[in-house]
Amino acid sequence: MIRLKDVEMEYDNGTRAIQGVTLTIEDGEFVFLVGPSGSGKSTIIKLLTGEVEPCAGRIMINGFSVSNISGKQIPLMRRTLGVIFQDFRLIEKKTVYDNLAFVMRAVGARPKEIQKRIPYVLELVDLAEKADRYPTELSGGEQQRVAIARALVNNPNTIIADEPTGNLDPDRSLELMNLLVKINELGTTVVVVTHEKDLVDRFGKRVITIDSGHVINDSVGGYVGGRIHG
Amino acid sequence: MGKHNFGYFFHEGLSNMFSHGFMSFAAIGITVACLLIMGTFTLVAVNANELLVDLEQENEILAYVDDTYSDTAAKALQSDLEAIPNVASATYISKEQATADFSAEFPEEAMFQDLDPEIFEDRYAIKIVDLEKMSETCRAVEQVTGISEINAHEEIAGGFITIRNVATVVCVALIAILFVVSVFIISNTIKLTTFDRRDEIAIMRMVGATNGFIRWPFVYEGFMLGLLSAVIAFFLQWGLYAAVAQGVDNNDTMQLIRILPFQQLWPAVAGIFAAAGILIGVGGSLSAIRKFLQV
Ligand SMILES: Nc1ncnc2c1ncn2[C@@H]1O[C@H](COP(=O)(O)OP(=O)(O)OP(=O)(O)O)[C@@H](O)[C@H]1O
Ligand SMILES: [Mg+2]
Repeated sequence: MIRLKDVEMEYDNGTRAIQGVTLTIEDGEFVFLVGPSGSGKSTIIKLLTGEVEPCAGRIMINGFSVSNISGKQIPLMRRTLGVIFQDFRLIEKKTVYDNLAFVMRAVGARPKEIQKRIPYVLELVDLAEKADRYPTELSGGEQQRVAIARALVNNPNTIIADEPTGNLDPDRSLELMNLLVKINELGTTVVVVTHEKDLVDRFGKRVITIDSGHVINDSVGGYVGGRIHG
Repeated sequence: MGKHNFGYFFHEGLSNMFSHGFMSFAAIGITVACLLIMGTFTLVAVNANELLVDLEQENEILAYVDDTYSDTAAKALQSDLEAIPNVASATYISKEQATADFSAEFPEEAMFQDLDPEIFEDRYAIKIVDLEKMSETCRAVEQVTGISEINAHEEIAGGFITIRNVATVVCVALIAILFVVSVFIISNTIKLTTFDRRDEIAIMRMVGATNGFIRWPFVYEGFMLGLLSAVIAFFLQWGLYAAVAQGVDNNDTMQLIRILPFQQLWPAVAGIFAAAGILIGVGGSLSAIRKFLQV
């Protein structure tokens, strides 16, 4: 479960990116986070991953109190999250398989678990045949599916994606969203930041709308009004 | 979790080292040079110290007994002399003994044979513990009632000690500087690897790798650079030392200098090089990754 209570966040240069945000995302939910450019969506993601700290308020993520977490606990908290970025962030020198093995090893997985888990996850994102390819030998959509596989491979409670479709064409975007919905149906909480109004409307999921660091709408359905300019 | 994945960290550290072949080569070169300079100075100091010990053993103070003292009275002074701090032993030499010794020293000189013992004085040959306190000891010996005069090579001892002290200071300063330089170079080599691997590090942190896990490969890299430098430096030092020892041995004017055999020194040299190499390597890697693993 993710819970933000009266969260404020100010960057070092004085930009007040988040101003009094309160919201709760239950386990197993699928949530779109939308809003205009610069409204604070990525900042919320960074607050969830512990990349930046709030200057006021409380943040709870999967049982960890992020607002006053100890340095030792941050890695444990991050293991409950799988993060996906617009630019994939795969390691180009490593094959698809090794990209996944690498993050499993990083959290202390044993070779046996790694050998068992990776084929399963690659099957899930439909990339079983491309395990030995390098990222540069894959299409954008395939690379993003590798990134999803990587986010999933350590079996996190929650997947957080910051504009995962930003670099994909509409068909690939739809495919990717369908994949995230499928993952959600398998039991993982999914939070997706996106600009793509059509997609959001299409899925009829919960949508949280941010503007100027405030939550201005939180409802099931689609985009509110014509406010979003992306 | 919890288990230290030695094989993995070792493999990663090794591949880090090879990914920057030239930089690693340079870092090893500098560290080897530093260790060699340290080692050479230390070995010179060790040998000088050994010579000093020889000098201490050979360097006696001769204390002459007042010639109004009888043989028995002169012998009685022994306990007074041995009570002086820093005196290792005081050996009584009667004028008869001194005469005989003198004659024996110049067997070819006819005029030095059959000398009258009365031209000699009863004396003590005093050995001291610490050469550095020689002057104090001389003064104390002079104070003893019944000692008329002393004869000691205070200047030689003083000069030698000054040289040794200066050498020690220079040596320590040089070692400190070279140490810092080596740590700096290794640190920069490893910074290069961390820069190379910044994407991997970012991903590891994102998925919840502990700082320890991220750090270890770099610590291994530093450790291996340091240890490899130590091994290379050791063999070079050995060769260098053997060559110098040979040279001294073959040189007639340097016959007085006794060089310790390397066989006697190598365990200490190996130990010190390994310790210094590892310290430099690990120190360098820790300084490289220190600031970059906060949060
Ligand atoms: N590292 C930073 N330092 C200072 N200000 C920042 C930083 N990152 C973002 N900001 C500012 O914080 C505000 C929110 O930025 P954020 O990246 O969260 O927006 P966003 O909603 O993700 O926008 P986009 O849709 O364009 O990705 C913006 O005004 C932005 O300029
Ligand atoms: Mg953003």
